Amino acid sequence: MELKGKVFKFGDDISTDHIIPGRFFHLRSNIPELAKHTLEDVNPEFASKVKKGDFVVGGNNFGLGSSREHAPLVLKTLGVSAVLVKSSARIFFRNAINIGLPVLVCDTASISEDDELVVDLAGGTIKDVTRGIELTFVAFPDAMLKILSEGGLLPYIKKYGDFVVGK
Amino acid sequence: MAKTLAEKILSERAGIDVRAGGIVVTPVDLAFVQDGTGPLAVRQFQSGGFTRLAQPQQTVLYIDHASPSPAKELSNDHALLRQFSREKGAVLSDVGEGVCHQCVAESFAGPGKVIVGADSHTVTAGAAGAFATGMGSTDIAVAMALGKTWLRVPETVKIIATGNFKKGVYAKDFILHLIGLLGADGATYQALEFGGSAVDNMSMSERFTIANMAVECGAKVGLFPSDNITRKYLESRGRKDDYRPIKADEGAKYDRVVEIDVGNIVPTVSKPHTVDNIATAAELGGIEVSQVFIGTCTNGRLDDLKIAANILKNRRRANIRLLVAPASKEVFYNAIEAGYIQILMNAGAVILPPGCAACVGVHQGILGDNESCISTANRNFKGRMGNPDSFIYLASPATAAASAITGRITDPGEFI
Ligand code: SF4
Repeated sequence: MELKGKVFKFGDDISTDHIIPGRFFHLRSNIPELAKHTLEDVNPEFASKVKKGDFVVGGNNFGLGSSREHAPLVLKTLGVSAVLVKSSARIFFRNAINIGLPVLVCDTASISEDDELVVDLAGGTIKDVTRGIELTFVAFPDAMLKILSEGGLLPYIKKYGDFVVGK
Repeated sequence: MAKTLAEKILSERAGIDVRAGGIVVTPVDLAFVQDGTGPLAVRQFQSGGFTRLAQPQQTVLYIDHASPSPAKELSNDHALLRQFSREKGAVLSDVGEGVCHQCVAESFAGPGKVIVGADSHTVTAGAAGAFATGMGSTDIAVAMALGKTWLRVPETVKIIATGNFKKGVYAKDFILHLIGLLGADGATYQALEFGGSAVDNMSMSERFTIANMAVECGAKVGLFPSDNITRKYLESRGRKDDYRPIKADEGAKYDRVVEIDVGNIVPTVSKPHTVDNIATAAELGGIEVSQVFIGTCTNGRLDDLKIAANILKNRRRANIRLLVAPASKEVFYNAIEAGYIQILMNAGAVILPPGCAACVGVHQGILGDNESCISTANRNFKGRMGNPDSFIYLASPATAAASAITGRITDPGEFI
């Protein structure tokens, strides 16, 4: 599958409190409303400017902090097609895969705000069209690739009826 | 082959011999959510087409984060959890019962168990020897439906703590110091396994404080072996049968071993806006605070309130807000019996109902612009306490109590 879009760049240690702050706790059952506040303490224009297909690009330890699945969920709701990071906190990574949002671990240092990217999920490559460079991302662990390729954990369980990892 | 504690628990529970790096499908002994993650878990459970809970008595819905509810939307979320509990038979822990992790510690945590919760501080139960880890709502919805989950067996960082704490230095200072040492992503995807003579001497309360913050260096789990202290704790809670001895094998393979002499640690504080941004309390002595918060799943236990009460006895807070939230109803009750609550109130504290209280910026103690708070919680991310233009310092109950007296960050040494 090929993903295309523009880059919104963030730094290191973007926590789930940055992605969707606790003060919007009361909107958690209203995801479209909640999504309007995505990353607003870091980039107040993000939620209004991001378009379907765009990428969130972060640095180290992206998504650290709470287990709130609302963090990847608001990104997905806004149309973000993948999150590219140098490294990711584990719960955020697992949550994102569970809802079918790819998190690609790669060297994001050479990618800048507003770059146009083309990501080949199956091929494992990221083309930065603006800069004319190509990057690769770390392959998904098998157990996660299966979940991601079904579109998330619920469709996966619906299909297999159980976990099929390790078998 | 010799096993780490993580390898041991997961091998035993999953019924196959696994090593770090392997994948297991394991039964879970407890799956829980809280009011911030529960409504989404309930919806995912429903949209997954699930109708029954695999183990209703080992499925718990905690209403603790926004408790009692400060907004109608949250009241409706709570109603959804109550309805789900009625329909499916899940256990409900309603307003005032306490913070999920403290309630899990009191009623479920035990050696060799696998515990999954839709909250990152689920790691707290590792203090009692449980492989306890946080996940998101969808993972927990599936764990509630199937009674199992999948896990990658983590590599382990062994932490060997020796020596004796100096006066005024506590488990919280130790874990803040350790996170400063490892960094906020220093143990991502790994297990922390605690051992050494200082750990052998620690109370369960101290172990819970330490395990609670394992996630702040990215760890999946923070494990303690079980021993006589674990056994006595479980016995005192009427859960004698939950005890079993469990520890790592001699010669188990560790990714790294970190040795710390706790006698070298001084009162430690995390500065805004990351937990690994540590300094000593003494270094930060000039910083004024507007609010002091003592509570949470990290430091809202009876021992923590005792430490604060001992410092605040016959003293008075400065012109600041001093908020105290016992971590559970039982802690609250026992703190009343022991006289701590009266001491704290005489010192000018406001007592909040058992629950997360001011920790997560939903209600009860949101900071104003440019205000600073010293808190016994586990996170100081920007905006965590409800206002991105405020500053959170993390410390032990002793440092927090001392700071309440002076109105600025204070090494507790001068009051002990
Ligand atoms: S007390 Fe704070 S850290 Fe603990 S569960 Fe509640 S919100 Fe989370």
